[in-house]
Amino acid sequence: MARSVESRPPGGTPEDGQSGAPIVADTTDISPDDLAPAAPRSAVVRLAQLFWRALIAIARDPRWLFGLVLVAMVVAAIFAPLIAPHDPLLYHPRSVAQPPNPTYLMGTDSAGRDVLSRVIYGAQISLAVGLISVLLGGVIGAVLGMLAGYAGGPIDRVIGVFADVLLAFPALILALALAATLGASLGGVVIAIPLGFTTVHFPVNTVNLVIALAVVRIPIYTRLARAQTLQVRSLDYIMAARSLGARTGSLLRRHVLPNIQSALLVQVTISISFAILDESVLSFLGLGAPPPTPEWGSMISEAQPFLINGDPWMMLGPVLALVLTVLSLNLFGDAVRDKLDPRSADRGVRAK
Amino acid sequence: MIAYVIRRLLLLVPVALFVSFITFMLIHLVPGDPARVLLGEDSTPEAVAALHQQLGLDRPLYEQYALWLNQAIHGNLGQSIQLHQPVLEAITQRLPVTVELGVAALLFSLVLAVPLGMTAATRRDSRLDWLLNVGSLLGTTIPPFVLGLLLILVFAVLLRMFPPGGYVPFTEDPLENLRDLILPMIALGSASVAVNFRQVRSGMLDVLGQDYIRTARAKGLSERRVNYRHALPNALLPLLTLVGLQAGAILAGAVVVETIFLWPGVGQLAVTSILSKDYPVVQGVVLLSALSYILINLLVDLSYTFVDPRITYGAQR
Repeated sequence: MARSVESRPPGGTPEDGQSGAPIVADTTDISPDDLAPAAPRSAVVRLAQLFWRALIAIARDPRWLFGLVLVAMVVAAIFAPLIAPHDPLLYHPRSVAQPPNPTYLMGTDSAGRDVLSRVIYGAQISLAVGLISVLLGGVIGAVLGMLAGYAGGPIDRVIGVFADVLLAFPALILALALAATLGASLGGVVIAIPLGFTTVHFPVNTVNLVIALAVVRIPIYTRLARAQTLQVRSLDYIMAARSLGARTGSLLRRHVLPNIQSALLVQVTISISFAILDESVLSFLGLGAPPPTPEWGSMISEAQPFLINGDPWMMLGPVLALVLTVLSLNLFGDAVRDKLDPRSADRGVRAK
Repeated sequence: MIAYVIRRLLLLVPVALFVSFITFMLIHLVPGDPARVLLGEDSTPEAVAALHQQLGLDRPLYEQYALWLNQAIHGNLGQSIQLHQPVLEAITQRLPVTVELGVAALLFSLVLAVPLGMTAATRRDSRLDWLLNVGSLLGTTIPPFVLGLLLILVFAVLLRMFPPGGYVPFTEDPLENLRDLILPMIALGSASVAVNFRQVRSGMLDVLGQDYIRTARAKGLSERRVNYRHALPNALLPLLTLVGLQAGAILAGAVVVETIFLWPGVGQLAVTSILSKDYPVVQGVVLLSALSYILINLLVDLSYTFVDPRITYGAQR
């Protein structure tokens, strides 16, 4: 499988003749076109349009550029086996702790493993844990919040106390404790999921990280969804839907959710950067995936003794990857917020 | 006012109960006999049986919780497995270290953020404003543990200005204590500097656009006086809420920063106890940090009345 993808010539010249795409589309020059030689014309045009719109958006607001960085990160994570120059787990005892050089662009770690390859593979765990935990916590929190806001009364009060309680724990400390207690139950088991061109190694105890980080995200979404639902609840169209006999579940899903989802989406972009940061802290402290697994936080932790001896190179790769990811998420999130929530665009945030 | 304080304290009761329940349940998340979990792996069967009896593990869960809560309220949070001392003692012993670090970081953030935020707001859209904004973006982006390591590299390893870690009690050697404090304080406080800076800046911009500022200017007050006497106090009010919320971030950040800089505080205790499966200590740290976070935010809410006389609690009619 991997062979066939690699061996395809990058230019893709032989296919060009078959595509029969109109000349207009060909002159739009972009690379995504030759990825879909047999695709219908409309798809090609649509891709070109999308690309053009993205270019315009970036020209108007450079923050969208960081969206591209994020896309690159995701691509790097998914196609890690194809991109990584070396095996991330292979020891090279003769080339331990090297500074960056032509063979190892980011140097090697204390066991002689290629840091660049480990950074690329590390994106898998960081992005997966960040994304899944936020989605999990976000869905649970949003459902609870919508229920609380819509139902009111005792349900609202119970859910409110629940959210207050979760907020009362400093998030990282709760996540630490949860990861530690859950961690005892699932040891160093690693599940390998073959995906054809790649195999994703998913250490079972990252599931603990996901659960721990999801739990600490719940209250934010509960509060947000509740506040938004309260605003929407008394609007006429909700009354209309209710009087037509819509059941609570479908009413929340079909009528309330579409009106509050942009606020939730904005929060998601912010949360993911927090989740990735928290994940890296947990793995830095030794609560992440078991040792040979490449993970940014644990790589930084392994490099720490070398730093104190005046040899900072080993830390460079994972630190850059982490900071760049978080920076991109923050800036991209800001741009998304300004786009979806026009009120935030005027800078002076109202101080109540 | 007193009625309001009492009402707020009463409202805290269900939250505090819930918090303690979650903390109590942490032990039950660990597989196996909780008595064995609490005593450690190399405990005698007799000791396990005795604790089993004491915790009432053969009784229903709510009775176990009541027993545990009763003990906790009386200050008995159990016995540490590794440290051979009561959990509460282990925590209170290390508390001064964490408080020193946390308070220093908070002060550091305010001392920097307020003047910088004012400068940025009064010179809006200048090059300096832009520079400060970029700086605050970096401040929120670089995680404390990365910043801590960078500080160690630059100021301890390369420049040899400060020690790379360690802690000497203030009572033993005040100067050495302060030297040890500088780097961890910056590492822990920088994120707060960035957040507080943004709040001061946007708060100032908000206030500076209001009518009474125009009036103050119109009657011929100097720009300095307008900024400091008229604008700043009103811009600082939202900062207070933020500081309360940051208490949580600082508590959590202390866990990492203390670990990096080898400060023997509560944060380091949390990490070592988690890694060595010292669950009674984990439980104690989680419970006490949540309770102190709740209390800090209550105090912040109450302090509004002192900062802004317009805000009154209680008799609203």
